[in-house]
Amino acid sequence: MAEQKASTSIEAVESGLAAQGYIASRQIATAVYLSQQIEKPILVEGPAGVGKTELAKAIAAWRGKKMIRLQCYEGLDEAKALYEWKYAKQLLYTQILKDKLGEVLGGAQTLHAALDQLHDFGDVFFSKEFVEPRPLLQALEQPGGCVLLIDEIDKSDAEFESLLLEILSDFQVTIPELGTVSAITPPTVILTSNSERDLGDALKRRCLHLHIGFPEQRLEERIVESRVPGISQTLRRQMVGFIHEIRSLDLKKLPSVSETIDWARVLVLLQASELDTEIVKDTLNVLLKYEADIEAATPQVTTFIAKAARSNVFG
Amino acid sequence: MRENLHRFFRAARGAGVHVSPAESIDAMRAVAQVGLTDRTILRDALLLTLAKSQDEKLALGDCFDLFFSQPEPPQEQPQASKDDASQDADQPPSSGSASEAGGGQPTEGLGPLAQMLLSQDRNAIQAAIASASGAASLSDIRYSTQRGIFSSRILDAMGLQRLRDDLDELTANNPALAERLRAALDGLREAVRDTVSQGLALYAREEAENLRNEILRNAPLARIERRQVAEMRALIRQIARRLRERYSKPRKRQRRGHLDVRRTLRRNAAWGGVPFLTAWKRKHRDRPKIVALCDVSGSVAQVSDFFLLLIHSLHEVVDDVRSFAFSSHLIEVSEILEKKSPEEAMAEIMSTVGFGSSDYGSSLVDFERDFMSTLTPQTTVIVLGDARSNNLDPRADILRRISERSKRLVWLNPEGRLAWGFGDSEMPRYATFCSVVRQCATAQQLERAVSDIVAIYQ
Repeated sequence: MAEQKASTSIEAVESGLAAQGYIASRQIATAVYLSQQIEKPILVEGPAGVGKTELAKAIAAWRGKKMIRLQCYEGLDEAKALYEWKYAKQLLYTQILKDKLGEVLGGAQTLHAALDQLHDFGDVFFSKEFVEPRPLLQALEQPGGCVLLIDEIDKSDAEFESLLLEILSDFQVTIPELGTVSAITPPTVILTSNSERDLGDALKRRCLHLHIGFPEQRLEERIVESRVPGISQTLRRQMVGFIHEIRSLDLKKLPSVSETIDWARVLVLLQASELDTEIVKDTLNVLLKYEADIEAATPQVTTFIAKAARSNVFG
Repeated sequence: MRENLHRFFRAARGAGVHVSPAESIDAMRAVAQVGLTDRTILRDALLLTLAKSQDEKLALGDCFDLFFSQPEPPQEQPQASKDDASQDADQPPSSGSASEAGGGQPTEGLGPLAQMLLSQDRNAIQAAIASASGAASLSDIRYSTQRGIFSSRILDAMGLQRLRDDLDELTANNPALAERLRAALDGLREAVRDTVSQGLALYAREEAENLRNEILRNAPLARIERRQVAEMRALIRQIARRLRERYSKPRKRQRRGHLDVRRTLRRNAAWGGVPFLTAWKRKHRDRPKIVALCDVSGSVAQVSDFFLLLIHSLHEVVDDVRSFAFSSHLIEVSEILEKKSPEEAMAEIMSTVGFGSSDYGSSLVDFERDFMSTLTPQTTVIVLGDARSNNLDPRADILRRISERSKRLVWLNPEGRLAWGFGDSEMPRYATFCSVVRQCATAQQLERAVSDIVAIYQ
């Protein structure tokens, strides 16, 4: 019975994401379902532009939860990711309370008593009031849960990974002055990586590892269909076929799904009804982002269009 | 099913996927969620929880397909319990209980294995082999040489002894039936051998590969056999990848916690010195600069291939590398190494300057004349060569000037320490000016040397 439920639940995930305009493959849907069931973060890897960040947005929209995004970069540290003391506020308060301070301490007869009173006072300044929550802490404090997107984790330093471990495995953080803050509702955590560097094993172990590659032709057609509704079926087939041919070349940067969608929009704007050499050559710069790539692809354009058209007839 | 999953984890480790206990627990939980009926979902779930990179996913996918192409052990087959013959298989073979399976045939008094073979019940035989290989712990197999012992263990567990007795008896009483049984036994042996081979493919891959790589890593580069060259290249590429992963990203390291008082005060002058903004001290680190000189003359031809391959990988790890190749004269090869694939680059370099007779003196003169200005106090100079200069003037004075201008001068020599200074080797004269001289004859030594060089810049 449970098994029946599992496959229907995975289909429910697929259709739920599809309603938000995200066409997920079976594997992606399984990952999303499992991360919900066994409460584990998903680490998404894959080339740029295949919809890693988009996945998190779609999940948030589908579940109706807030999305909190932490963009990683070199030099990101806990003060920017986790929490920070409102240093200026603390300073300002002590300045304002200076007179009060005198009153409080005035009652003390000995230096020892004054010190004791000062200790009580000190704790006031390291309370929740003065903590500035950054994305990670914010995510834990959302009462209804949220989707936490830790974007491009590979761009951050290796030390930052270790900071994440506590959050990823137990959904809690430890602030030395305050104690441990646990999540009210465990957030859905999505980490993305472009594999610029290899992530540590400790981090990988705590996550479900999902690799999103370039989609198959059928799937990509469905993605274009959902994102660019105005495009005709013949053109859609041709252009996706063409892009699959382009991906077989040795290019610096292969066009990914986001480029496919951009190109589809451009073709619709130009009111093209089908691919021809002229229009492809004019719009190739939407697909390919390096001059050298465009040069390499240009001589192949005619052949690729013919191939795409032929596969269209049989497919 | 849990038993099966555990065996799968072992197989996955055999395929080179690191499965820790925590991961296996996660996988169990995931499997409990998705169930076993849909094989594609099961495959996806295991891939998600166990694999941690794209390579591992591919390996694990293959492993999954191979693993589940096996017949499942008997307790997993619902029809097995209805089957008389396989019920016998589940019982210890020594019990030798008589069953009605043989029916009217003259099989009374025979052991369960003989009966099973004669009734030619393929399912039951497969199931019996599977449970026997479980009993013989086939998943412990590591080397191909163990095939024989595991085959015989499995056959013993299935009750071969009893079968032999039966066979002896039958030869006397019923030769025709004995003949049939003998043929069936040959078939059984073959089936068991296949099972063991599959087990070997599943469980022993990692061990065998590790052993081979370990031997290769410590083999002298100069005496590699032709058939091993491709494997050696792959190994060097692996080393290069490891180096790249470890060192390619320049780390900015702050000395956090050390307040830079001067900068803090200056920054907060506007607030009358009340420190609203803080400034912290930073450690300054040199960017790596490497100049590599590689001997490609005839005397080191065997090794220079690998040297060039490694320099090629250095180009990927470190931004600022200039490399030079020489035999009788010296040319810069940075551009070739940067633009081309390793194989093309090596072929081109070897055809331009390779295989000549080496002349260290004139090569050093070339270097001093054209490229001395590239050396700065931050540069590490690496020389790869045997220092055999055919009794020509070694020009050690130029090497001294190089060492004075640079941060470090490292000499990697493919010859052993014993050979230095004998014949036309000028190593002792050069060695005085080098910060480090190392023997570098195996892949492992090569990796250590390069790793040390790059590490000082981290």
